[in-house]
Amino acid sequence: MLLAIDTSAGTSVAVVDRDGGILVQLDETDTRRHAEVIGTLIERAMTEAGVVPAQLSGVVAGMGPGPFTGLRVGIAAARAYAFGIGKPVVSLISHDALALDLREPLLVVTDARRREVAWSTYAASDELGLPVRVAGPFLAAPELLQKEVDGYDGYRRWDAATIPAGPFGMLGERLFAAGRRAGPSEPLYLRPPDVTPSAGLKRVS
Amino acid sequence: MKREPLVLGIETSCDETGIGIVRGTTLLANTIASSMDEHARYGGVVPEVAARAHLEALRPTLEAALAEAGVALNELDAIAVTSGPGLAGALMVGVGAAKALALALGIPLYAVNHLVGHVGADLLHAPDEPEHELELPTVALLVSGGHTSLLLVRDLANDVELLGETIDDAAGEAFDKVARLLGLPYPGGPEIDRAAATGDPNAIRFPRGLTAPKDLARHRDDFSFSGLKTAVARWVEAARDRGDDVSVPDVAASFRESVADVLTAKAIAACQRLEVPRLLLGGGVVANARVRAMAQERADAAGITLRIPPLSLCTDNGAMIAALGARLIAEGHEPSTLTFGADSTLPVTTIQA
Ligand SMILES: [Zn+2]
Repeated sequence: MLLAIDTSAGTSVAVVDRDGGILVQLDETDTRRHAEVIGTLIERAMTEAGVVPAQLSGVVAGMGPGPFTGLRVGIAAARAYAFGIGKPVVSLISHDALALDLREPLLVVTDARRREVAWSTYAASDELGLPVRVAGPFLAAPELLQKEVDGYDGYRRWDAATIPAGPFGMLGERLFAAGRRAGPSEPLYLRPPDVTPSAGLKRVS
Repeated sequence: MKREPLVLGIETSCDETGIGIVRGTTLLANTIASSMDEHARYGGVVPEVAARAHLEALRPTLEAALAEAGVALNELDAIAVTSGPGLAGALMVGVGAAKALALALGIPLYAVNHLVGHVGADLLHAPDEPEHELELPTVALLVSGGHTSLLLVRDLANDVELLGETIDDAAGEAFDKVARLLGLPYPGGPEIDRAAATGDPNAIRFPRGLTAPKDLARHRDDFSFSGLKTAVARWVEAARDRGDDVSVPDVAASFRESVADVLTAKAIAACQRLEVPRLLLGGGVVANARVRAMAQERADAAGITLRIPPLSLCTDNGAMIAALGARLIAEGHEPSTLTFGADSTLPVTTIQA
């Protein structure tokens, strides 16, 4: 059994089981309350699934892409929870949650703030139903997406407002069962930190 | 003998990832990972850089603290975390981690105020040192790159009042900015201190912010360092325009003198006015030799007992957060509910969120 946490859009928390499927999935769509809701959602998900921490074999963490501040809350929580129970973190690309058991090519598009979107393209899933990412995740201006995505017209486009932790957790279970590698161990910020390098000293007089 | 609670504290309000472990008032571990070097080229703390660094440092710092304390996770009785004030994005890393860790371990969580945590630092003693009481009431002067606050602490767990704070820059920020002006590296505090050692503190009379009678009427316990910073810049520019050699030691010493003078004068005045014969210093600026020395001189002259915790407990750290959590537990406070968030402007009157 796995606890799955994704805060790349809203906050989604699930408890999943390889055989039993998605036991519980809870979502908060507000994209500015990750820190407030993360604890309650984890607590409720575990209670409603009737699972105690010792029964988990790991924690799935959505590594983005997504707005940084919220994204970090989920990753911090996933890492701390896994540390607390002495089990591994399974880090996955958030977009992959939408590309499980695909029968046709898919373009996943999510909000990246600052008038940009994050996108990934997927081919139909492999023989195990696992995602086959073609490109991404990358950032693009929404109006340039059509130009930037190679073979845009061949994809069904999914503008996702949420990343559901349930399928995401199942992806973790199935990757593990298939002996496949997890995703990136660091957050997918896709943008350098927003800093204004000090532009020398201005005179005051 | 009653067993005191074993508390792990998490602090991520600025650029230090601090994990501390205490048993009651006994300090077992105080582990800090700092992203200071990453901010150096920007001349100040960059919030997004700090937040990213917290996320990376969290687990290694947790592991190091547990190892230092010789404590296993399942021995912990509670988690304490800073929920504010501080940089929102940085605070949220600690808040998310603390909630999850408390849930994973099935132990209570205390969300606490960073500034009150600075006062809590004075509760701590090393395992081989005797306990000492935090004598109350006390005035507390907390000065760092992020805050400059004067508090009246009547009861650490229940009654803390904000007397005054900076109305513009924090004192630590002023040190950083003046250091840059003088061509000294970041962080500015230690550099100014070093340069000032051979300078004349009375070479230049820089202004003392908010000490004029009309300012005192409105801002008796408040601070301002923006005007001082500008005054130093003007003085240096004028000297350079004239083609004079600027004596970095004299400017550094005179600037430092102004900061130390205002900080300590206001703190001592508050003690006298409130008839509180105790002053506690906290925050990274306590590392400044002149601030410490002047506070000691003036406290002695006024018959005020000065307390300065060890520097490692004055700069931002998780041990002080754990200490405050342990005190809340000792006084029978209920744990925080899981719904608190990061509050970048959490008032000092909210000791526990
Ligand atoms: Zn501080």
